[in-house]
Amino acid sequence: MKYKYDPKRIREVLGKKVQFLLGDMACVYGGLLAGCSFFGGYPITPASEVAEGMARRLPRVGGTYIQMEDEIGSMAAVIGAAWGGAKSMTATSGPGFSLMMENYGFAAMTETPCVIVNVQRTGPSTGQPTLGAQGDMMQVRWGTHGDFEALALAPSTVQECMDFTIEAFNLSEKYRNPACVMTDGEVGHLRERIIIPDEKDLKIIDRVTATIDKEKYIPFTNSQTRKSKVPDFATFGTGYRTYVTGLTHNEKGFPATDKQPDHERLVKRITTKITDDADKLVMVEQLNLDDADVAFVTYGATARPAESAMEMGRKNGIKVGLLRLKIVWPFPDKLVTNLAKDVDKIIVPEMNLGQMVHPVREFAENHCEVISAPKIGGEMHLPMELYKYLEGK
Amino acid sequence: MAIKDLPIEECYIPGSAACPGCPATMALRIVYKALGKNTVKIVPACCTAVIESLHPYTSFDIPTMNIAFEAAAAGASGVEAGFRMQGKTDITVVAWAGDGGTYDIGIQALSGALERNTNFIYICYNNEIYSNTGIQRSGATPYGAWTTTTVSGKTEFRKEMGEIIQAHHIPYAAQACIAYPEDLFKKLQKAKIIHGPRYIEIMAPCPPGWRFPMEKTVEMGTMAVETGAWALYEVENDKVTFNGRSKLIMEGKVERKPIEDWIKYQGRFRHLFKPKKDIKRIKAIEDHIDQMWERYRKCYL
Repeated sequence: MKYKYDPKRIREVLGKKVQFLLGDMACVYGGLLAGCSFFGGYPITPASEVAEGMARRLPRVGGTYIQMEDEIGSMAAVIGAAWGGAKSMTATSGPGFSLMMENYGFAAMTETPCVIVNVQRTGPSTGQPTLGAQGDMMQVRWGTHGDFEALALAPSTVQECMDFTIEAFNLSEKYRNPACVMTDGEVGHLRERIIIPDEKDLKIIDRVTATIDKEKYIPFTNSQTRKSKVPDFATFGTGYRTYVTGLTHNEKGFPATDKQPDHERLVKRITTKITDDADKLVMVEQLNLDDADVAFVTYGATARPAESAMEMGRKNGIKVGLLRLKIVWPFPDKLVTNLAKDVDKIIVPEMNLGQMVHPVREFAENHCEVISAPKIGGEMHLPMELYKYLEGK
Repeated sequence: MAIKDLPIEECYIPGSAACPGCPATMALRIVYKALGKNTVKIVPACCTAVIESLHPYTSFDIPTMNIAFEAAAAGASGVEAGFRMQGKTDITVVAWAGDGGTYDIGIQALSGALERNTNFIYICYNNEIYSNTGIQRSGATPYGAWTTTTVSGKTEFRKEMGEIIQAHHIPYAAQACIAYPEDLFKKLQKAKIIHGPRYIEIMAPCPPGWRFPMEKTVEMGTMAVETGAWALYEVENDKVTFNGRSKLIMEGKVERKPIEDWIKYQGRFRHLFKPKKDIKRIKAIEDHIDQMWERYRKCYL
């Protein structure tokens, strides 16, 4: 069966419009709706359900599921599949994400669109396999060596697991960069009601493929057909001469490992293609910030107890608001600076010992106090624990 | 040798968090009885990494390191080198991994350690799936078997790890089965005194993974050998000797039982029998085993 993107068939395979669904499975649904036709998987708790869901459903829409021999292989296969013409994804958790790091960088360097779902668990190392954490938020940004830009989303609900997987595909295809859905064991293993979008409400972006005359095609430069720093994508086997390498390459794709200007030109283009658009990429939820003196800046699962703490604070007369980052990387720096000018204190609750608090400090510290509210060990914050920060305890 | 002749000393002590009927625990008891307390164990991600020591219990009475999934043989290489440079040569270094950690993610480290002539014993307990993460296919999963990632049955045959190991020409390699503890014990005893890399693979039928009642573990192991799906043999400096029932099958003294007798009791093959018997796929499994024995006979008889 040949894969052809058919939203009607995908919706048939997914079933009812409203479902009570597992977070991991919602990532499967999101991937399928976005047009994912290849999944390279490897079992790991708490992300195995994504692979299992794909193994069952991908063949039914004409896609391919391969269980690879490890996560290094999974990531490599996903990259290979992208160059073979598929929209591809994988899913993993901490230890597997660590193994993927080399090829994650390769995907960034070779401008390969692909999606990684990271159902985070506690670490370092094996940690607590069945329990959630947010310990990979810096790894997704800085985990692979060298300069690159990360695209990372953090869902707080099962609905967002699906929506953000679609969005990750869109960002990845648009910018030709790997995109990560940074969910966690809590949201991944949570069951909630989700609504599957109708075909007309689905906004799907596909990579711009090369259409220019084959003689004139230049694979690694600004687009030759539109105003963009993202080059047009020449799928293997379409007749275009394509040479893909993780070595520093010139515009034609050939190694230029001894030339400083070539490296600078390349890496600046693959980073600025995203940073130029950083303001457009801001995706946040703002609650009660108009009159707030104190604000939670939060993301992912932690946003849930933070919202409860905010409501407790409001009931008790504390002017508290909440900024939830949906896209975590690129970081919404200007927004955070503006928020810092309006409030006296920012509290950053995280299920790690303080990771996203660092960029918040970088952009807020000159204007207000920034407090880290960490909790580790696989348990979410209790609203009361966060409320205590509001009272300054 | 009979079961009653095995040492009374136990290093696999109460406190295990294993499922009822777990073959890994059966194998571990025999392994510890044969290797004794002066053993260090390196365990990558696998069921054993969980069942051996869920707080506040621990069922191991020897030093153990749980290392990353891909790293059992590499970790063992380091431990062995550490001992060697201190002149400690009496300690048995054991890497103990499942089939996922051996056939798939761990094969690179394993092959490297064998090639470097590392003085250690690598033991693979093979339950033919990733059971710890909830029954996904592995390189050891047989053709036709259901797993959560091969919902209508695996479409590929398992790889022959025994033959891959033999290609490394190490001093000692063996295949054993939990249903034959005396045979396993003898192989471990033999391996213990040999210097250099040694590899032992133990067939370990998994009740929840294969979908059979927990009291049938030993029976499933016996049937694996009697149907010829699994062979008991040892390779000493490239000389292959078949043992027990497998020897009789090899020499043609007994017929191996039809594969159906084994797989029809396993829920993972249920789709081959219900609603309609899938004669084609059952025959494919049978043919594959025939080919395996044909190859064995050509090479080793």
